[in-house]
Amino acid sequence: MKTDTIAAIATALGSGGISIVRISGDEALSIIDKIYRAKSSSKRLSGEKSHTIHYGFIVDGEEIIDEVMVTIMRAPSTYTREDVAEINCHGGITVTRKILELVLRQGARLAEPGEFTKRAFLNGRIDLSQAEAVCDIINAKNDIALKNSLKQLRGREYEIIRNIREDILRDVAYIEAALDDPEHISLEGFSEELYKHQDNYCRIIKGLIKGSKSGKLIKEGIKTVILGKPNVGKSSLMNILVREDRAIVTDIAGTTRDTLEETIILENNITLNIIDTAGIRETEDTVEKIGVEKAMRIAKEADLIIYVLDSSTPLDDNDESILSLITDKKAILLLNKSDLEPKVTAEEIKKKSSHPIINTSFIENKGIEELEQLIMEMFFQGDITHNEEIYITNERHIEAFTNALEALNMVRDSIDSGMPEDLYPIDLMNAYEELGRIIGENVGEDLIDMIFAEFCMGK
Amino acid sequence: MSYVYEEYDVAVIGAGHAGCEAALASARLNLKTIIFTVSMESVALMPCNPNIGGTSKGHLVREIDALGGEMGKNIDKTYIQSRMLNLSKGPAVHSLRAQADKKEYSDSMRKVLENTSNLTLRQAEIAEILVGDNKVTGVKTYAGSIYPCKAIIICSGTYLNARCIYGETVHMTGPNGLSSAVYLSESLRRLGIELFRFKTGTPARIDKRTIDFSKMEEQKGDEKIVPFSFTNKPEDIRKEQVSCWLTYTTPKTHEIIRENIDRSPLFSGTITGTGTRYCPSIEDKVVKFADKDRHQVFIEPEGNYTNEMYISGMSSSLPEDVQVQMYRSVPGLENAHIVRNAYAIEYDCINPAQLKPTLELKSIEGLFFAGQINGSSGYEEAAAQGLIAGINAAMKLLNREPVVLGRSQAYIGVLIDDLITKETKEPYRMMTSRAEYRLLLRQDNADLRLTKIGYQVGLIDEERYQAVLNKEKRIYEEIKRLKNTVIGAGSKVQELLKSLNSAPLTTATTLAELIKRPELNYEMLESIDPNRVSLPEDVIEQVNINIKYEGYIARQLRQVEQHKKMENKKIPEELDYSSISGLRLEARQKLQKFRPASIGQASRISGVSPADISVLMVYLMNYNASQKDALKQNTP
Repeated sequence: MKTDTIAAIATALGSGGISIVRISGDEALSIIDKIYRAKSSSKRLSGEKSHTIHYGFIVDGEEIIDEVMVTIMRAPSTYTREDVAEINCHGGITVTRKILELVLRQGARLAEPGEFTKRAFLNGRIDLSQAEAVCDIINAKNDIALKNSLKQLRGREYEIIRNIREDILRDVAYIEAALDDPEHISLEGFSEELYKHQDNYCRIIKGLIKGSKSGKLIKEGIKTVILGKPNVGKSSLMNILVREDRAIVTDIAGTTRDTLEETIILENNITLNIIDTAGIRETEDTVEKIGVEKAMRIAKEADLIIYVLDSSTPLDDNDESILSLITDKKAILLLNKSDLEPKVTAEEIKKKSSHPIINTSFIENKGIEELEQLIMEMFFQGDITHNEEIYITNERHIEAFTNALEALNMVRDSIDSGMPEDLYPIDLMNAYEELGRIIGENVGEDLIDMIFAEFCMGK
Repeated sequence: MSYVYEEYDVAVIGAGHAGCEAALASARLNLKTIIFTVSMESVALMPCNPNIGGTSKGHLVREIDALGGEMGKNIDKTYIQSRMLNLSKGPAVHSLRAQADKKEYSDSMRKVLENTSNLTLRQAEIAEILVGDNKVTGVKTYAGSIYPCKAIIICSGTYLNARCIYGETVHMTGPNGLSSAVYLSESLRRLGIELFRFKTGTPARIDKRTIDFSKMEEQKGDEKIVPFSFTNKPEDIRKEQVSCWLTYTTPKTHEIIRENIDRSPLFSGTITGTGTRYCPSIEDKVVKFADKDRHQVFIEPEGNYTNEMYISGMSSSLPEDVQVQMYRSVPGLENAHIVRNAYAIEYDCINPAQLKPTLELKSIEGLFFAGQINGSSGYEEAAAQGLIAGINAAMKLLNREPVVLGRSQAYIGVLIDDLITKETKEPYRMMTSRAEYRLLLRQDNADLRLTKIGYQVGLIDEERYQAVLNKEKRIYEEIKRLKNTVIGAGSKVQELLKSLNSAPLTTATTLAELIKRPELNYEMLESIDPNRVSLPEDVIEQVNINIKYEGYIARQLRQVEQHKKMENKKIPEELDYSSISGLRLEARQKLQKFRPASIGQASRISGVSPADISVLMVYLMNYNASQKDALKQNTP
């Protein structure tokens, strides 16, 4: 089996204050040396004793990524019986991912599903009686991984990957056909053509990487806007969700001046990207118009609108127009300040809007759990572990795309440095294989089949 | 009435390219060997194309030679034209091909067989394989004589239940009208061996005197001859070469074929066997690639002894009258006289998935198979298997370790692994694209890769072995020297670079770095390398290649290293896959069917996923441990 060094995020994402990036394999400690910097000394962790923990920073060149504790454990007394390093970082999703990416860039490979356990077993760490259980884990994890990989690709992406693979295979088949039957098929001028193809492949794959890294509701969290008239408790809601006093909360209308954006991972692993708008303000003149327009402009981009109403004041025209404007959006209405004497009831609002309504009291922390539950139901049909799998899958996609891109760049290098054509297929096929990992297709007899299907060759 | 004739160690059935190598290997390893042929005239017969080698096949021949086989030596003796193909491409795909004088090739090989001690040639048709206790005990001829033996190598080529077909005409014969072997298939079936029915074909032969060569392009042999055998020097085998000729089919040819396509046994359903995609008949090409208005046709001499010319690119099974029209529509062949018709041939072969990597049948001890009977096509593929089967039959009887070449060691390794692992649905032809480590498996380094193995087996003598060790050492030392020789940007160097259209140096570098430049090589730098000692050409070639492609070679070596552990992890023969619950159903069925010898082989079976391999490894570990426990308990 491969003995290369593997890495993965070992903790459930976002569920705790600390995330762990685990590295296992021969190069675990040398990789750590490249990215760890102690606070004041120049100590290298590869020189430190086994089973010790060290305070310091993870750095990418000069840039400090995070303040961390790193545990180093030498083989064989580790989970996998290989050298293991674990980076305990505080960061949320972004920082953890950055650290993992850095580790991968330094030569580790993203662990296959269940691979730490598999290594532990193969290296004799896990009792033999558990063999069957280990088999089940490997299988189950692989099944889920592939299912997620496909589930996460949008229809178009799947098609793009398939097409690009087919094009790459056709290039290879052409070269191979010419190598195997030089008397019938010539490679004259093919390098130039291939160069153009490469440009195209690289451009498309770069686009796919960008797509994987950003902009997707399901991967990146739910873009959420909290709307409401001044002083209904928008910032308080945000603070409750964030559990940190980041937005300023006061009783004076209009305290929140600028839009704040905050990533929040709810207890059930759902990520919300919350845009906290400045309160919709009423002034003497132009008033409602400006307010409503502004709110709607921001809300237009959102995946979810949380509209906060003050139950202690009656509905006005402003509320009515916003309610009617958000009819077609995914929205949740919060009837806040249920601790005060109600001037408006859920029944009354139901007549004007079909969106779900929750009675809340931010001061008493009431209704928040219901809100989180409702969001989960709206977006994930109750599948709690979904988000984490998606994150990991996403990371896998990026790795495969990046490897494919690298392989294609090597083909260009080969062309540039005047290497003969028979060297191109090596890297072209690597790119083909990497892209195949994403859609769960292996290289079988594809190439031979393509050669014979496309080219008339042979005696 | 059966009777026992004489006892042998090894019996080889069939004296084609596989049989010859198998018998020679076994006899040279001092085993008492007998080789049977249906006709003494068919020893090392070339019933189809009159050449040896070609892309990737040339590699096989070089490898056979490095292991101590005969094919390379025999073609060096009997070639009439030699070319290195793909010279404009990288060294990994340079491929040697030689036109043979067919008769001389066959006669020369027969002479070698006749003069090898421990080897007996016998004309007889084997009708039955005798087995007792799942072990071979002997062979029985159609006439009833029994030859008891300890190992049998079946190399029956395309003769089993062969039928030759063109149009509505069917002959129940083997190639070239030779009698087919009609009883052996039945014997194999009775032993529980699964058979396939494959098909191949050959074009017509035309009388040279009726061809107008002025309408064709001449193709001459290379000035610089490279021998197939590492034991030969170019100057020793130089000779006058003959030419081949190139012409093309015409729209008229295609029209004739289309009009008569319903008379083709392929399209009418008379032929049921599966043909190889690499050697399509001309009617196949015309139908499948309808947009091509012409196809190449090579006219190749069958030898110096005859006027017959082989019409490469136009194999066919159309009726005789259509063939005449069709060939005569090709420029230069307007007045051609056909000497032999083109025909398709159908034959029985075994499902090679039933074989171990040693080419021994999994279910019967001592029964080996090699050549087209295993579903391959081509003389070189056959010879390669023959050699390995011969070696392994001998190793078995001598109680020595079998020889299994890896995919990273030799094309022969790729060939056998593919045959026994991939579900071959057509005659298997070697191709460079099948070798994932082809940068390592070059024709120029076959001696460096395999001579040691040939020596250990006992087919390579001490002198040849020492010569290879010496070559290896010289290559290593010269590369080291070039990497350590610093070259300054002096005027002599700059001038030389300028004269070679290479960019001037801006800073000091090494000779090795200069050799890496695509426009430069070792030989060109002689004037700035005063410490150079004179080295033989083959050493210089290796130095150039190893320096120029260093990065690529290193990468492939790394890949090999990564897969090595999987290749080395053996799977016990008796393993029952149906009891491994973690495997997916498809994987379980496939593994049960193929019974791979190693984890590496298992991973290449289609339908077995990486997750299945993980599960298998986990299971094996458990299994091996429990076997050990059981052993401990049984020993007091």
